[in-house]
Amino acid sequence: MSCEVLACLQWLCSHPVPVSFRLCFKDFFIHKFKAVLGKNRIIFPGEKVLLAVSGGPSSCSMLRQVQEGLSQKANKKLRFVPGVAFIDEGAAIGQSVEERQRTVAELQAVFQATGFPFYILPLEQVLDLPASVVATNPSPSEQPASAYKAAVHHFVETDGSNFPRPQEPKKTLLPRVQESHTLMLQQLLGSVKTLTAREELLNTLRQHLLVHTARTEGYSKLMLGDSCTRLAVKLLTSISLGRGAQLAQDTGFSDSRYGDIILVRPMRDYSAKEVAYYNHLFTVPYVVIPSVDTKTVDKASIQRLTESFVTKLQTDFPSTVSTIYRLTSEKLQTACRKRSGADGCDRCLLCLCSLDTAVGE
Amino acid sequence: MCTHGGGAELLFNGVKKHHVTLPSQSEPWDMKQLLVWIQRNLLKERPELFVQGDSVRPGILVLINDADWELMGELDYQLQDQDNVVFISTLHGG
Repeated sequence: MSCEVLACLQWLCSHPVPVSFRLCFKDFFIHKFKAVLGKNRIIFPGEKVLLAVSGGPSSCSMLRQVQEGLSQKANKKLRFVPGVAFIDEGAAIGQSVEERQRTVAELQAVFQATGFPFYILPLEQVLDLPASVVATNPSPSEQPASAYKAAVHHFVETDGSNFPRPQEPKKTLLPRVQESHTLMLQQLLGSVKTLTAREELLNTLRQHLLVHTARTEGYSKLMLGDSCTRLAVKLLTSISLGRGAQLAQDTGFSDSRYGDIILVRPMRDYSAKEVAYYNHLFTVPYVVIPSVDTKTVDKASIQRLTESFVTKLQTDFPSTVSTIYRLTSEKLQTACRKRSGADGCDRCLLCLCSLDTAVGE
Repeated sequence: MCTHGGGAELLFNGVKKHHVTLPSQSEPWDMKQLLVWIQRNLLKERPELFVQGDSVRPGILVLINDADWELMGELDYQLQDQDNVVFISTLHGG
């Protein structure tokens, strides 16, 4: 819903915000989530989907949408089997062990309330990952479009009894982290000279850990909570960072660079403002965790500068974010799609996207 | 009552809720004056991350009694007794 439509809806229902507006907004918000999943048809009934939750408003809102969508009372229930993954990045911002444990405990309470299995992953674990994490695994064979409909039909007929049941959440103890590991990670991040590069590195490490967890725990899809605003900023940042060729994968709804694990971004139609508003009205719990660019000045990194640029422009021109997003990301295609696969075009070791280094072709 | 969320509370020493009693004056208080008051009395650090010029920094959502302040006149809105004002930073977090 664009900002203008949201504003109109509120004005029509007039102040103070009455119950009718809240319900209207809630229905619309939930509907949008299911619609984007339904339209794209890549999450099959009974499939295991790992939700990457950072604790921030967007990913926690996504978690709430999944809960709402799976609940018995839901109209057109969602049909997949979720798990939640949280990466504790306290080491990257120099938090003490106590501070990290406090944050983790807060989030653990939120996750336990959902009843979904969850995984608390200290970022330090990324240092121990096998080399296989930076390999694209063969993807399951392309399903024809009709397979989705057939799968849904089958699921409904059998009442979902043949599909994996949502697992009992394991009793997860807060993982212990060796101090040497924390130091090693901090050294790695400290060796990077600019905040821009550090943010990119963190992004890469985060993704590797998430993909590895998805693979080892048997999940075939990974859901990320990036909002429209975030993706618009990411789009412009990527161009500045020389990642123009990878825009479709970095900001699109689905990202198949890892082959066996598909990344999906169901929150990409929600602006940060909508998410904040929904979370406030419907008390969605989230935890504010500082990151490497918290409280930094505008020019501290390319990411911060782009974010500042987009946000300021958005104030005067409320369709900025939706324009950047709609006109570019939806029209972009991955150029290498046909070539990749059997003959395997060269990929970057860090981001696993196809290399775009041919000069003057 | 003044509430800060979404990360904005980091600028207020982590305090999320403030019950605010504004000193009485002849004219009713408006949002513009409230912002100045907040900056002087509640904001603990980095004012430029909260206010910009007369208004809030872009990216901060302001709700007055759960409605977007853009619908209430933004800075010109005149505060009433028991009004609930919420500042949510939309910049922090995904």
